[in-house]
Amino acid sequence: MSQPQYALEIDGLEKRFDRPVVADMALRVRAGEFYALLGPNGAGKTTILRMVAGLLKPDAGRIAIYGIDTATDPIGAKSIVAWVSDEPMVYDRLTPLEYLEFVAGLWRVDPGLAEARSHELLDWLGLGPHANQRCGGFSKGMLQKVALAGALVHDPRLIILDEPLTGLDAGSARQVKDVLKEKVASGVTVIMTTHILEVAERMAERIGVINHGHLVAEGTLAELRAQVGHESTLEEIFLDLVAQEEAERASAAAA
Amino acid sequence: MSAVPTSLAWFAAHEFRLAWRDWLAMTTGGKRVRGIVLFLVLGVFYAGLHLLAFALMRRWLAAGAPLDKETLVTVTSTGFLFWTVMLSQALESVTRAYYARSDLDLILSSPAASSRLFAVRTANIGLGTMLLACLLASPAINVLILLQGPHWLAAYGVLAALGALSAAISVLVCIGLFGIVGPRRTRLIAQIVAGIVGAGFVIGIQAVAILSFGSMDRMQVFHAPELLAAAPGLDSWVWVATRAAMGNPLDLLIVVLVCGLAFTAVAAMSSQSFARHAIAAAGVSQSIVEQRPSRAFAGGSQRQALRIKEWKLLARDPWLLSQTLMQILYLVPPALFLWVSYGQSAGTYVVIIPVIVMAAGQLAGGLSWLAISGEDAHDLVVTAPISPRTVLVAKVEAVLTVIAILFTPILAWLSFASWELALITAAFVAVSTGSATAIQLWFRVPMRRAMFRRRQVSSRAATISEALSSVMWAGTAVLVAGEQWLALLPGILAVVVLVVAWSISPKGKRT
Repeated sequence: MSQPQYALEIDGLEKRFDRPVVADMALRVRAGEFYALLGPNGAGKTTILRMVAGLLKPDAGRIAIYGIDTATDPIGAKSIVAWVSDEPMVYDRLTPLEYLEFVAGLWRVDPGLAEARSHELLDWLGLGPHANQRCGGFSKGMLQKVALAGALVHDPRLIILDEPLTGLDAGSARQVKDVLKEKVASGVTVIMTTHILEVAERMAERIGVINHGHLVAEGTLAELRAQVGHESTLEEIFLDLVAQEEAERASAAAA
Repeated sequence: MSAVPTSLAWFAAHEFRLAWRDWLAMTTGGKRVRGIVLFLVLGVFYAGLHLLAFALMRRWLAAGAPLDKETLVTVTSTGFLFWTVMLSQALESVTRAYYARSDLDLILSSPAASSRLFAVRTANIGLGTMLLACLLASPAINVLILLQGPHWLAAYGVLAALGALSAAISVLVCIGLFGIVGPRRTRLIAQIVAGIVGAGFVIGIQAVAILSFGSMDRMQVFHAPELLAAAPGLDSWVWVATRAAMGNPLDLLIVVLVCGLAFTAVAAMSSQSFARHAIAAAGVSQSIVEQRPSRAFAGGSQRQALRIKEWKLLARDPWLLSQTLMQILYLVPPALFLWVSYGQSAGTYVVIIPVIVMAAGQLAGGLSWLAISGEDAHDLVVTAPISPRTVLVAKVEAVLTVIAILFTPILAWLSFASWELALITAAFVAVSTGSATAIQLWFRVPMRRAMFRRRQVSSRAATISEALSSVMWAGTAVLVAGEQWLALLPGILAVVVLVVAWSISPKGKRT
């Protein structure tokens, strides 16, 4: 069986709470790609990614992960995805090693392999000396690294990260970025939202900008520069794109 | 707030505003109609409590409420029982105040004298304890005021004084624990002490009643001729609080002065050290707890992984430990009764069945909430390649296993006396546990485990349904054991409670 071209395919995705949050969203992320999803607060980034991870049910549309439809085979899709949010999902009263054992159990990883991989990951992330300490007293950075180790212990093919660098110190942020780079180099797909545009600029192969729940622009940094028509930083490009879209919406509403 | 900023009055107004809004949110949930309905229901319940108080005291009142040794022993002992509950409540509140982060950073980083706020907070705990005690004791006091005369109004003064005293003692216990066992263990030990204090005296008296009189009625102890003969005379200081409650002005003055002074001294003293202890308590969450290096990864099914995780978290939860201890403490009298009555006719065991069934239901409710709703890594579990149904099944299995481990020994013990009653009890323990678990499943809302205390607030319907179903199943069990057709009535009511709970639950509304 050949490897699907896309790690993630989204078509006609819609979600509304008290107002439409995601509207007719379409997105393609290539397998083995580092993709950054940018947007202002409330643009719908987290909602889209939560739908991809199976945390929210879409009102309409289709999501496929490596060709697996998340609506028809949610378990199959989840087994190859890892989700890391800005709030580390870690139990205060478990140690990192116990946490990884639990995660490996949920993803049905062979115990021997999971144990070896857990020690390797904890050492890699600088958590080796803390492997048998309860997570309750850990700093935000340590908790985020434990969560990241949990995401990697089952060897996912797609890693989705929602603001993973929020609140991390420079050293921890560097470690997380290095881990992600290495994963992408080994063929894993990474989709990440971030407000730290320098990170997206340096790490992402392609960048998607969304506003009001749909894709405003997409491409490499060079393609985005071409779209706005000037050589500038990603921050300026991003602000221009969002402002353009807001102006179009305003004129459409006035008309 | 018109008081001078950072003055005692200003902090008191601030605390009052927070407490008032918290209370409003808890009772009305921001909905006026809900508040009115709750007020009416509680009003009817409160009136019912007055009738119950009258029924309990009728015989004593008919005899002219004589001020004799028997009355003094009964009122003092009952008052002491009540005070231990107040003390337990105060100890809980004080522990919470020391360990709550909430606005600690803001207060301590401000230039205001934090000792003033902490003095207000200590006073608040005393006031809260006092109000709760007054509310609970008021039906009996009101009946006495109505039928015996206004001199019983003094009982409210005694309750207020004892509330202040319980707050003062609780603060001293906490400060003592900080010094002796350190901030890490203070919370756990204080909570266990609170549990033991709250239940210990009640259970102790009941144990004496069982061992000495072979009866579950603890009042038997207070009427025992041996106790009455050994009790000091009517003018002894031992009865000072009781005489004060009955309206003796000098005794009332002594009680109010002693308790008031004790409280003022402790509040003044603790307000200086509160910040130091609160900072030490806050440091606990930052400190590292070393676990023994784990053995090799166990493997097993996804359900097994979930069950093991639940058991580890339950075993490592100090607050839950103290709650579980409370539930187990209440099982001591029936166990003792079994032991004493061993070899007697099976009929005597009937009294313990409802206690066991109720304890199972209540414990199952708490554990189910922790396992089903109290999921700290909700996103992780939801994104795992495992069906939501399997997750719930595993969590329910984890709870049922704990209940089975706790209740099997007592049921086995019961089977030595009467296997029929053991079977009936086991069946209703299962039904009560199942009902409480089902209610928690229907009303499940993902929350942090730390929100355990607030679970009643998040769904009062679930809490009330859980309590009602436990009571109904306990009643059904005892009537079935007594081979009464009347068992159908509480049984049907229990089913009605479950049906109503299902229909108003988010789960029921969706289907």
